[in-house]
Amino acid sequence: MAEPVTALNGARFEGIATIEDAGPTGMITLRGDLASKEVKAAVKKAVGLDIPGQRAALGGKETAALWMSPDELLLMCPYDKVAETIATLDAALEGQHFLAVNVSDARSFLRISGGGAREVLAKLCPVDLSPDAFAPGMFRRTRMAQVPAAFWLDEGGTFHLVCFRSVGEYAFNLLKTAALSGGEVGVYG
Amino acid sequence: MSTRLATGGRRLDRGRAQEFTFNGKRMQGHPGDTLASALLANGQMLMGRSFKYHRPRGVVASGAEEPNALVGLGEGTRFEPNQRATTTELFDGLVAVSQNHWPSLETDIGAVNTHFARFLPAGFYYKMFIHPRPFWKHVYEPFIRQSAGLGKAPNPGDPDRYEHFYYFCDVLVVGGGVAGLQSALAAAEAGAKVMLIEQTAHWGGRAPVDGGEVDGHPVEDWIDATIAKLQDMPNVTLRTRCMGAGVYDHGYALGYERVADHTPGSDAPRHRLWRIRAGQIVTATGAIERPLSFAGNDIPGVMLASAVRDYAVDYGVSIGDRTVVVTNNDDAYRTAITLKKLGLEIPAILDARQQGGGALAEEARALGIRIENGKGIAKVKGGKHVTGVAICAQAGEGAALEEIACEAVAMSGGWSPVVHLWSHCGGKLIWDEAQAHFRPDPENPPRGAQGEGFVLPAGSANGAGDLAGVLNDAHAAGQAAAKATGAKPKGKAPQGSASPEAPMQPVWLMPQGAGYKLRLKAWLDYQNDVKVSDVQLAAREGYESVEHAKRYTTLGMATDQGKLSNINGLAILSDALGQPIPQTGTTTFRPPYTPISLSSIAGEATKANFQPIRKTPMQGWHEANGADFEPVGQWRRPYCFPKGEEGRHEAVNREITQTRDSLGVLDASTLGKIIVKGPDAGRFMDMLYTNMMSTLKPGRCRYGLMCNENGFLMDDGVVARLDEDTFLCHTTTGGAESIHGHMEEWLQTEWWDWKVYTANVTEQYAQVGVAGPNSRKVIEKLTDDDISADALAFMGWTGITVAGIPARVFRISFAGELSFELSVPASHGRALWDALMEAGSEYGVMPYGTEAMHVMRAEKGFIMIGDETDGTVIPQDLNMQWAISKKKEDYLGKRAQERSHMADPNRWKLVGLETLDGSALPDGAYATAEGHNANGQRNVQGRVTSTYHSPTLGRGIAMGLVLHGPNRMGEVLEFPTVDGGIIKAKIVDQVFYDKDGEKQNG
Repeated sequence: MAEPVTALNGARFEGIATIEDAGPTGMITLRGDLASKEVKAAVKKAVGLDIPGQRAALGGKETAALWMSPDELLLMCPYDKVAETIATLDAALEGQHFLAVNVSDARSFLRISGGGAREVLAKLCPVDLSPDAFAPGMFRRTRMAQVPAAFWLDEGGTFHLVCFRSVGEYAFNLLKTAALSGGEVGVYG
Repeated sequence: MSTRLATGGRRLDRGRAQEFTFNGKRMQGHPGDTLASALLANGQMLMGRSFKYHRPRGVVASGAEEPNALVGLGEGTRFEPNQRATTTELFDGLVAVSQNHWPSLETDIGAVNTHFARFLPAGFYYKMFIHPRPFWKHVYEPFIRQSAGLGKAPNPGDPDRYEHFYYFCDVLVVGGGVAGLQSALAAAEAGAKVMLIEQTAHWGGRAPVDGGEVDGHPVEDWIDATIAKLQDMPNVTLRTRCMGAGVYDHGYALGYERVADHTPGSDAPRHRLWRIRAGQIVTATGAIERPLSFAGNDIPGVMLASAVRDYAVDYGVSIGDRTVVVTNNDDAYRTAITLKKLGLEIPAILDARQQGGGALAEEARALGIRIENGKGIAKVKGGKHVTGVAICAQAGEGAALEEIACEAVAMSGGWSPVVHLWSHCGGKLIWDEAQAHFRPDPENPPRGAQGEGFVLPAGSANGAGDLAGVLNDAHAAGQAAAKATGAKPKGKAPQGSASPEAPMQPVWLMPQGAGYKLRLKAWLDYQNDVKVSDVQLAAREGYESVEHAKRYTTLGMATDQGKLSNINGLAILSDALGQPIPQTGTTTFRPPYTPISLSSIAGEATKANFQPIRKTPMQGWHEANGADFEPVGQWRRPYCFPKGEEGRHEAVNREITQTRDSLGVLDASTLGKIIVKGPDAGRFMDMLYTNMMSTLKPGRCRYGLMCNENGFLMDDGVVARLDEDTFLCHTTTGGAESIHGHMEEWLQTEWWDWKVYTANVTEQYAQVGVAGPNSRKVIEKLTDDDISADALAFMGWTGITVAGIPARVFRISFAGELSFELSVPASHGRALWDALMEAGSEYGVMPYGTEAMHVMRAEKGFIMIGDETDGTVIPQDLNMQWAISKKKEDYLGKRAQERSHMADPNRWKLVGLETLDGSALPDGAYATAEGHNANGQRNVQGRVTSTYHSPTLGRGIAMGLVLHGPNRMGEVLEFPTVDGGIIKAKIVDQVFYDKDGEKQNG
C-alpha cells in the first residue's frame, strides 16, 4: 500500500508563528462511560494514559488522550498503530457499551508553534489564549473562523490543532493569514 | 485665514515635514498633524460642501464628532469616502479630495440650492415628489439619487488585510483621557486584568490643553507618569488608535483599532477588530462641546471653542488673527486666554449670561479682553469665511448693536457627556438641569445576566466637572469595576486641582427671540443641513416623537449621527412642543460610536478565506482534469468533466453513454457516513427510518427513508449493517451534519436511556462509485478477493483489498447499472482513484459528474432529496409505501403521516412525464387545470420535480407530482412555458430505464 497522503501534504509556513502539517496521525473516537473503571483501564492499556479531565489533554510518547465531551475522547497514536489500538480497546471493553472508531483520515492535524502562536489562534478562535487562562495541558473544542476545530497546548508551547480533513486547506490558509509578518498584536508579553 | 504659528504645537515634530495633496494641490504638514490641522496650517479653511444646500463648510471640531470636514482619502483601490479630517493622522504622500462639490470646491453649482432654502424645508422631498404617483419611479427618484449621497463609493479590490482579535479581561476601560487613565490604574492596582483603549494616537485627552495640576504637578507630567506606571504592570494592556465601537450584552465590546491607517502599504493589517469579553466596562469617553444656534453659525471660521484651543495648543495653528468668543459657560474663556497669551487678538467675549462668568472671566478681563455679558451673536458675516459678527442682546430678537470684524468665532454651548457606549446596551440617562445635559443614570445601568450593572461611566462622561472631580469619579469607577470582578481595591485618588466655575446657562437659540430669517440660517445639524426652522416646522406638523422628528428632518443622521446636533435639536423640539427636555428624550444610540470599516467586520473572511470550501481527497485530480464544479453545500463537486471545446450538455451526455456502455467512476466521498452502534442500535434505527432496519443482516445493505416528526421526508440513503451491534448509515451530501445532529438530538433529549453511540465518519472515507457493465471487471483487476455475483450479490457489502488498500465494497446502484461503491481511508482515496483510472483505461473509463449521476438516477426513476422533496413531501406522495414498514409500532413521522391532510387521496403523487415532442420540460413547470382560482390565477394540477434530456432514450424525461397521477397513466397534461408556449406531456411510469433491474442485478 502506498503512503497515506494528508490533505495538507506536508505544508508549512513561517511567519509570526510556524504553521505545519503534523502528518498522518492515528486518531480514534472513543465513546463510553468515562467514569467507569473499564474505560479507564482500556484507555490505559491502549495509549498508556489516564482519562483526561474536562477540557484537558494528556500527552504521552506518540499518544494523546483528549476530552471531547462528557462521553467522548479522542485518542491519538501513530498512524500505523490504529488497528492495533482499536483491537486493544475492543478486547478490553468487550461486553461494555462503547464505540471505538478510526477517524485518522477524517481530520487534518496541524502544529502551531513559535512566539506568535497564541496570537494567531486568538485572531480566529473565541478563546482566551492569554498564558494565565490557557495553560499547557488544556484542550478546547471551538470555532476557528467558519469551521469547527479543537486544539491543545503542550509543555513546549506548541499548539496541536485538529479540524475536518475537507477544510484542511482553508484552516491552513486561515492560520497562515493570521501569522503573516506585521500582524503581531503584542498582548501576551 | 488660518495659519501655522511660529511656535507651539505640542504634538508636532516641527523638525520634519510631510507632503500631502488636497484636491490636487501640494501642501506640507508635520508628523503629529491631523489632516484637519495640516489643512488649516496651509490656510485651507474650506474643506467641503454641505449635503443639501452645498454650502461652503470648514472644520468645526477637532475630534471624532466632526460633521463637516469629510474627505475622500487615498487613491485607486485604497480610496475611501467620508473620512474625517480631524481624526486622520497625516502621513507622507496622503491624498485627499473634498466631497459634494461640482465642478469645484470653490465654485459649486449646487450651492444655488441655498438660495432656495426657504423652498426646501424639512420633509420637502416627501411632500414634493409624491404626486403624480408614476413620476416617483421614472422622474423624481433618478433625479434625487443623482443629487444625493455624500462621497463616492470606493473601488473594488481592497489590497489591505484586516483581522479580528478575541480578548478577555476583567475591566475594559474605554477612553485614555485622565479619567480613563485613573480608572485603569485604580482597577489594575486592585489586581484586575485591565485593558485600556484610546481612539486617538495620544494619551491624556484634552487635559494637557485645558491645564491644571495633579498632586501638585502639571497634569501633563501626571499623564506621562501614569502611562509609564501602567506600561510596567503585567495585568494591563494599553492600545491607542483603538476606539470603543460598541457595547453589547454580557460584557461584550468591540474595539476598532486603526493599526496602519497612518502607515499605508506597511505589512501590518490595516484595521483590527477587537472582540472583547470584559467583566466590567468603564466608559471614560469624555464630553463633546455643543455649538450655539445663531444665524450663520456654519460659515467656515465658526468653530467650537475647544477646537480653536486644540488647534492652537496641539498643532500651533491659528484660525484667524481675531477671534470672537461666544459662550454660555466659563470653559470657553480658556480659549480666549490661550489665544491672547499666544499673541492673538480677542476682540470680544460675548457671554450670553447676564451675570457673566467666574474666575476665568476675571482672568480674561485681567488680560485686557473685552467681555460683554448678556450678549450674543445676531448674525455672522461672511460667505466662504467669516469676516465679522453682528452682536445683539441675547434677551432680544437680534437687532444688531455693533459689528465686530473678525476671522474666527469660537463658540461654546456647554458640554454633553459622551453617553453612547453607556447607552448601547440599555443604560438609561437622566437630565442634569445644572449642566443642561444628559448623563448616565447610575440607577439604570446596562445589566448582565444576573441583573447586575456591567458598565460604569467615569469622569466627564459621567458629568464630572473639573480635574479634581474627574479624578475622584474615575478612581471610584475603576475601583468599583475591579471590585465587581472580585479584585480588592486599595488606595486613594490623586488630588486634581479644582477650578470653580460660574453656573452655565442653557442657550438653545441665539438670540432667544431670533426671528424666522435668523432661524432659517441657524444650523443645528451641519452634516444634514438641518436648521432651527426645520425642527420647529416638524413640531408644527405633528412630529412629536423625537425618533420621528429625526427621520423627518434628518437631524442626527448620517456619518456623525448628530454628535454635535442632537441635544440642541431636541431642545428646540421640546421648546416647540412646550415640554421639558427629558420628556422629549433622546434618539437611540446604536453602535458603532463612529463608522468602522466594513472590511474590519469581515476580518479575515475575504479572498481565499471568504468561506470554507470543502475538498475531497480526489479534488486535486478533478481540478487538474478540467472539472466544471458546482457548489453542493460547502463542497465543490464536479458537475461534469468537459473535454476540449465540449459544452456542459455534451459532456454530460458523453459521460452517461460511456457509463451505460462500459465504465464510469464517480467521486462519492461527500456522501454522509454515520456509525450507529450499541445494544439498542437496531431499535434506534427502526425509529429513524420508515422501513425496518433491525432485521438487516450483517453484510447486507438496505435503502431507507428518514422523516422528521412532522412526517416529511428529510433524507435517504443506503444503510449497511457492519456487525450485530453496528450500522453504517449513508446520508445525502447535504444531510451528513444535520442528520448526525438529528440522531444526537433524539438520543440526548428523548431516548437518553437507550444504549446507542453515533459517530460521524463522513470524512474518514474516500468513496468511489464504479458503474457500468465493466465495473466488476475493473475492480477484479485490482483485487484478489471474490466479488462475483455469487460472492457479492446485489445489496451486499464485504471487506476487500483493492489496489493494496483495505476497502469496503458495497454492491449498490444509483445509476441503474452493474455498480459498486468502494470505500477506502481518505488518505488513500487519491491512490484508489488513480488505480481505477489506470486499470479502467482498457474500458475507456471516464469520470462522471453530479449531473450525469442525476440524469441516470432519473432514467431509473429514483427520487432525489431536494428535487422530488422540498420539505412538504411525504414518502406516500412518492408511492414509496414499500419503504414504510407496516410491522413497526412506530417510527419518526408515523403519526404525522396519519393526519387527515397527510392521508388525503388528493395529495399530488409522483409519476413520470414524457413530452409528446421529445423536448425536456422546464424545471418546476406547472401543469394547468381548468378554471381560475380566487386570485384570478390558472388552477394547477401538478408540477415538474426533475427534468432532463436523457441521452440513453434520446428524448426528454421528467418526474412530477400530479393530482391522482398514478391513476391517470396515458393522460396528457399541459405545461405553459414562460415565453407563452405550451408543452404537452403524457403521464407515464417514472421508471424509464431497465424496469426489471436486469442490469444492476447482473
